[in-house]
Amino acid sequence: MTATATDKLIERFRNGERPALARLLTYVENERPAGLRAMAELYRDTGNAYVVGITGPPGAGKSTLTNAVIREYRRRDKTVGVLAIDPSSSLTGGATLGDRIRMLENYEDEGVYIRSMATRGEMGGLSMAVGAVTHLLDAYGFDIIVVETVGVGQDEVDVAELADTTLLLQVPGLGDSIQTIKAGVLEIADILVVNKADIKGAENVVRDLRNMLRLGEHGPWLPPIVRTVAVNGDNIEALLDTIDKHRAHLESSGEGQARRERRARREVLRLAQNWLAGQLEEVIREPAMEPMLEKLRQRDINPFEVAAEVARRTSVRVQSRG
Amino acid sequence: MARALRDAGMEVIYTGLFQTPEMIARAAVDEDVDVIGLSILSGAHRALFPKIFSELAAAGLSDVLVVAGGTIPNADVEELKALGVAEVFGPGTPLDSAVRFIREHAPQRGDE
Repeated sequence: MTATATDKLIERFRNGERPALARLLTYVENERPAGLRAMAELYRDTGNAYVVGITGPPGAGKSTLTNAVIREYRRRDKTVGVLAIDPSSSLTGGATLGDRIRMLENYEDEGVYIRSMATRGEMGGLSMAVGAVTHLLDAYGFDIIVVETVGVGQDEVDVAELADTTLLLQVPGLGDSIQTIKAGVLEIADILVVNKADIKGAENVVRDLRNMLRLGEHGPWLPPIVRTVAVNGDNIEALLDTIDKHRAHLESSGEGQARRERRARREVLRLAQNWLAGQLEEVIREPAMEPMLEKLRQRDINPFEVAAEVARRTSVRVQSRG
Repeated sequence: MARALRDAGMEVIYTGLFQTPEMIARAAVDEDVDVIGLSILSGAHRALFPKIFSELAAAGLSDVLVVAGGTIPNADVEELKALGVAEVFGPGTPLDSAVRFIREHAPQRGDE
């Protein structure tokens, strides 16, 4: 795509044209030059959206809760961009993105934009592009960005890295609740949501969570536990009020600024690592590496030595390119 | 079908049953899709496809490949193709031939 065509798209994006937003998101997601150009033009317009992460095990009602949250934000006159993330198949790279949010509600409202995304298998975590996609939704002008992802693997931890406020959903009836929260996952939650709070066992989940919180470490913010019945919209107002409270805490304590700085550094680190990984792979594939790899196959040399040589060659290669 | 496409390495957004033409066009715009596959089992395909194409045109989607499946009689296939449906996969179409058609005819956007 020529520079002028990209510029035209960026101009249409600035005019609030949804198809331009949708197309630029594709370019960013696919790491196309036009996506990089859009980021260069539009990043300065970011920093106004508030990012809410929603994660939890399959069957916890994340999509239903997301819908209820969207509705309540719209009632409060906030525009909402939603990013719904599903895992890619590690075998084929394909993905089935069950569009549960749209299935549940007919959105004709211009104030709501929903986008599905596959994880594309970035080391078991979220796609490198998720950060960039949230930047574009931010630049487009959405007040709230909701990032919804299933809590398997590394994804929920990555979501917490992106979000200002992370909601961790739990429900009764998925077995022993203590077992369903993996080590390190409770720590990412800013707010614990016990959904389907009207069914048997909900109070046990609340009690278990409270006990786990008591045992775990937390800073000045003790994650509150909010009971919801998302399917009826029960207590969603209280949930949004709790998010606002957390937002106020982040601002007054300085933790919000600290998080934003950590987030920016981590994003830079990840992007740089990703770029470097590509360089390393190319060096390993160079014919000049073949004798060493053959020695490795014969066990005349060990992987540490080969890795050191790959790093040395990569460093030379990067420097010679300036 | 969604599974066969996924296993062929594609990202498939499954929007569920009983979508209106407006909702289909809206989802296609927001998700910036390359291909729309519509399965119609109700017999209403002759009424629905003109509406879907006019919604897609109104939304500015001109380069999307539209394919159809479900229970569509052979007699109606030419009419749907004249509207802009690229291919109709009738009952009993082997999955891999549908996958191959989509792979070969999806718009190429590799040069941006």
